[in-house]
Amino acid sequence: MAQIELKQVAKKFGDVYAVQPMDLTIQDGEFVALLGPSGCGKTTTLRMISGLEAVSSGQILIDGQDVTWNHPSARDIAFVFQFFALYPHMTVRQNIAFTLEAQKVPKAQVEKRVFDVARLLQIEHLLRLRPKALSGGDRQRVTLARALVRHPKAFLMDEPLGALDADFRATMRAEIKRLHLAQHATTVYVTHDQIEAMAMSDRIVIMSNARVQQIGTPAQVYYDPANLFVARFIGSPGMNLVKGRYTNGMVQLPGANQLPLPERWQAAIANQLSSEDVVLGFRPEAAKISADGVLNTQVYASALHGAYAMLHLALDGEKGETMTHVRAAKNTIYPIGTPLRFDLDPQMVRFFDPKTELALTLA
Amino acid sequence: MFPDNQTSQRTGYQQRQLSDRSIQWLFITPTLILLALFNIFPLFYSLYLSFTDFSAIGTAAPVWVGFKNFSTLLNDPQIWKYFATTGRFAFLSVGLQTVLGFALAMLLREKFRGSGLITTLILIPMMLSPVVVGFFWKSIFNPSSGIFNYALGYFHPASAPGPSWLDSSSRALWAVVIVDVWMWTPFVMLLCLSGLNAIPDYLYEAAAIDRASAWFQFWRITLPQVLPLLMIAVLFRTIEAFKSFDLVMGMTGGGPGDSTELVAVNLFRIAFEGQWRTSYASALAYIVLVIIMAISNVYIRNLNKVRGEG
Repeated sequence: MAQIELKQVAKKFGDVYAVQPMDLTIQDGEFVALLGPSGCGKTTTLRMISGLEAVSSGQILIDGQDVTWNHPSARDIAFVFQFFALYPHMTVRQNIAFTLEAQKVPKAQVEKRVFDVARLLQIEHLLRLRPKALSGGDRQRVTLARALVRHPKAFLMDEPLGALDADFRATMRAEIKRLHLAQHATTVYVTHDQIEAMAMSDRIVIMSNARVQQIGTPAQVYYDPANLFVARFIGSPGMNLVKGRYTNGMVQLPGANQLPLPERWQAAIANQLSSEDVVLGFRPEAAKISADGVLNTQVYASALHGAYAMLHLALDGEKGETMTHVRAAKNTIYPIGTPLRFDLDPQMVRFFDPKTELALTLA
Repeated sequence: MFPDNQTSQRTGYQQRQLSDRSIQWLFITPTLILLALFNIFPLFYSLYLSFTDFSAIGTAAPVWVGFKNFSTLLNDPQIWKYFATTGRFAFLSVGLQTVLGFALAMLLREKFRGSGLITTLILIPMMLSPVVVGFFWKSIFNPSSGIFNYALGYFHPASAPGPSWLDSSSRALWAVVIVDVWMWTPFVMLLCLSGLNAIPDYLYEAAAIDRASAWFQFWRITLPQVLPLLMIAVLFRTIEAFKSFDLVMGMTGGGPGDSTELVAVNLFRIAFEGQWRTSYASALAYIVLVIIMAISNVYIRNLNKVRGEG
């Protein structure tokens, strides 16, 4: 397994950047997800690492060796395609053996390795079938087998579960994660599904508009989003973002609400904010409903999510323009229109500069 | 109210269906009459004639002779020689067309500036009339004035004559093969090209990731993917080769001697030259038909096997 390094790698189609120059180092054995909405450049990045797409500028290193202009076959990486890309005229066995036969591995060894990987993925009974006779999940297992049989330096996966139905996705997610741990395989995983990225990755690279927005662990991107895009994109619903004005240690919020600032934030805000405008951010679970809470709202809607209820609270009361999502106990009933007060966990509030859209940081 | 409504709707629907059907018949009937008159009737009439003694220019009515025509034909070594010549011609020309057509398709697969124009130019030979092609290739093969030998390097036909083609019993069949290949390679190329273009790019991407060499990709992906269409091309060309008549007639008329006497040419001779042995020719035509059907059957069976695997 190997370390992958991207140095100022960029891709341009004509005058338009598909991927702005980016730096990224993926450690040996690490599982990194490239996460973002469609068209953000994540698949292009993956294809550049694989060599299926040429870079416009920058360098790609695998184990310290410059492979920027190497053919995909010279990089010794495996690629799992979104729509499987199995060879339709070959049996499952031939599909898996293809890469070994292409490298003239002795026949007996091919048989053994194909059988071993088939047993690992529990597809021994499918070896004689052709891809079109398989279900989506089994096809995905075959593509994984085809990647695993070779012991490549790294696995690149392009939305490998995108074509599967929701039920099955959770199962395959767990299978891929277990395979990753068992094989200690450096893996780059493209997805637009944040749950997938959060559940599987060691680190997540969040991309939008051809640009890297944040690189961090799942906890980092969830609790400390680097900017408004990440705050909105991660979590469902995303982070509550409320526009306000900062004056004298207080944030003035809609509906005549005032949030006294935790002390540790006061200096940071005073130093970093370019004007009085500020955006308050907090996760739904950061709010604590209490009769003497500082923020005064009105219940706009409530939805039971099973283990908890998600309340839609209007900060500006009747007008209902500034909506926040707050998590509440599942067994209390909150009729629509009821006034409701809540407090915020001071550890879990975040602030953003609306001009730069960047998060403010504590010194 | 409600049931009434339904009934009236139903009758309205039925009326329209009836008129639709009569319109269908109106369109189909003339075609059916023509088909029956010019295809189905001759088919069965010639089958009947093949069991009789009859000449279309004679005055006698057909006389039933049973299998006599067939047994005469099948015991005639001359006919078997013509079949052998036809088989050789079919094997050589279809073989060359397949190899060249596939190679051309591989070359034209990558799009480049003017590739559309070049493809169209390559297709022109198969759009020409075979008789016309036969006649102008006759001039091209002419040893003293033709361009073929000139192109081979014989620049002074008067002092150093090149090989004669159509007058040589050893080379005449080759000459016909060359022209047939010139004319029909584009057809094979066209089918192969559409087969190649239908192979999805991601198979090659997967193969590149799987570290397959270009050669390995060709044998394991390109060829098996194109094979069904390639086999259709070969099937069509083989059937056509067994029926070849007009091109040979225009170029050699079956000669010199009987070196290019294909079955179809001989069939024409029996039917429309000399005594017009109509019933004997019908019997030969049916033998050719059975052979073509047998060959096609073998092909189609293999094709289905390849398809089933695809």
